[in-house]
Amino acid sequence: MTNTAPSPAMQVSIEAAKRRRARMAEEQRQSKMVRVLVTPEGAAIHLKLATAAERAGAFAIDVAIQWAIVITSLLGLKYISGPFGMGSGANLAFAFWLVFFFFVRNFYYIFFELGQKAATPGKRALGLRVASRDGGRLTANAVLARNFTRELEIGLPFQFAFMGHDQASAWMALLGLVWSGIFLFFPVFNKDKMRVGDLIAGTWVIRTPKVSLMGDISHAAATTTRAAGFSFTAAQADAYGIHELHVLEDVLRQSTPEIKAQVAERIRTKIGWVTTAGETDIAFLEAYYAALRRRLEQRMLLGQKKIDKYDTRT
Amino acid sequence: MTDVLKSYRFREEREADWRKLDLILTRAENSGVKALSDEDMATLPHLYRQAVSSLSVARSISLDQNVINYLEGLCTRAYFFVYGARTSIGERIAQFFREDWPAAVRGAVFSTVLAALFLFGGAALAFFLCLQDMDWFWTINGHNFFDMRNPDASVEDLRSTIYTTPGEHGQDQLSAFSSFLFNNNAQIALFAFALGFAFGIPTAWLLVYNGVTIGAMYAVFWDKGLGYEFTGWLLIHGVTELFAIVLAGAGGFIIGGAVAFPGRLSRLASARAAGRRAANVAMGCVVMLIIAALLEGFGRQLINSDVIRYAIAGTTLVLWLGYFYLPRARRTA
Repeated sequence: MTNTAPSPAMQVSIEAAKRRRARMAEEQRQSKMVRVLVTPEGAAIHLKLATAAERAGAFAIDVAIQWAIVITSLLGLKYISGPFGMGSGANLAFAFWLVFFFFVRNFYYIFFELGQKAATPGKRALGLRVASRDGGRLTANAVLARNFTRELEIGLPFQFAFMGHDQASAWMALLGLVWSGIFLFFPVFNKDKMRVGDLIAGTWVIRTPKVSLMGDISHAAATTTRAAGFSFTAAQADAYGIHELHVLEDVLRQSTPEIKAQVAERIRTKIGWVTTAGETDIAFLEAYYAALRRRLEQRMLLGQKKIDKYDTRT
Repeated sequence: MTDVLKSYRFREEREADWRKLDLILTRAENSGVKALSDEDMATLPHLYRQAVSSLSVARSISLDQNVINYLEGLCTRAYFFVYGARTSIGERIAQFFREDWPAAVRGAVFSTVLAALFLFGGAALAFFLCLQDMDWFWTINGHNFFDMRNPDASVEDLRSTIYTTPGEHGQDQLSAFSSFLFNNNAQIALFAFALGFAFGIPTAWLLVYNGVTIGAMYAVFWDKGLGYEFTGWLLIHGVTELFAIVLAGAGGFIIGGAVAFPGRLSRLASARAAGRRAANVAMGCVVMLIIAALLEGFGRQLINSDVIRYAIAGTTLVLWLGYFYLPRARRTA
């Protein structure tokens, strides 16, 4: 065993291997949230489950909206019934408001989830929707079932949290809080991120973010005249894998000119590209993207998926 | 031009159709199925199938992330639209009242009887305990100085709580109070349903607790010789209300039973089947409690005759039993 420190080159490769492992672990983690739905046509659609954090975020938005409705309606009621004082009209109006309150509290979610988007405004804001676990249609009673349990999941822990003034009942409250906490944190403890309500209704919440179709970069590279003059050798086009291609796609689609310049510089060094006169970074990147994608897609058709630049299978 | 990627040519040929599908879906999601023209509806299945097959091809030939993500999202949306429920909310409500609700109640006779036993068992227990020794009333209800309906009240005081004297003000306060009670009861009913998930044990406790409160109150009036009058006062809306609470408890027991004893199904499948059935029962409870609140808010204050009160109570009982349990012709669609 030698005591010498690893050489700088070796350090770099250890660092790279570490990063690669971390990336693969992350991909593994992401893939655990994907469920495959086979449509009656036999095609597979990948559904991504919403994370517990997204669910909590959507719920927070919905609660805020519910409070806003309740408070505005109460203020509006007070304003309208103000001139009449505390007479019979005010009482009757208050009676109606109480019923209204009940419906906002319990039927807000049901109303929206029965709609075409199967999502409350909070869920919509985060690109989520409710779906039936078996891939069938989301029935009305499934929506009812998943929402009638909110009282158990949210109401019960709250009741226990505010209970208990003396020693004995405080202990009871703590016990109750722990017990009801099981229901509150239920989604964290199962792989499908189901609430108690989802479990008894046979539903889950999935992500359906709206992606817009953007232009094809390889086509942009091929049609513009600035692409002329770029020709990469097979070895140069083999320098990277699919992961790097996707990173490059992201860079081209959404990063700043400085980052593009840096990436272009690194690729040039890696593939040993000699910069020609009048060549811009973007033109270079687009041309290289097209060449790399052509090469990788060809190999993919032959059954060779080069997942990243470390993948040396041929 | 030979310099174009195969995956790009693939995309170029189908892109117009994808965008068309996207447009139709966006319109349907934003303004409902009715916003779609007949032509849209006719092309939709075709466009959907094409998008789905594009997705599987794109996965194997294209490395353009954006295209695959876009198609993935498009197909998901299209799938849920094509195979989703197309019934309007009105049809769903009609279906609920015509079939789903009575069928769900009819299918839960055992749970209903069990829930009734807990509620009325609790009531009977408290009633007989209080008749033997009125101190039990205080143990059960605690000292509430605002409610004058307690063993120390005089017969006249108690009588005045049962009947509304004409011209007495506070009628509208009572209607506010009854909507408050509706709120409370409906919340408890939904709670009883939800608590079913904990194997139904808290549901049973909730039922007994509510029964005990009623039983103790009943004993107070019975003791003062107002049993007949109190029954009329209670039952004019109580038939509906107590029936609703029993059914809410039954909903809880359906779930509790399915989670505790799944039988041949997996626990998850059993919970799912039970939850959907029980949800119909619970929804029905809310409807019943609204009716009970109306009977309570208006009927009880306006009708001061014992005979009519009993008649209404009897009628509601017959109507509910008939609605739920009378066998009916199955619709052959």
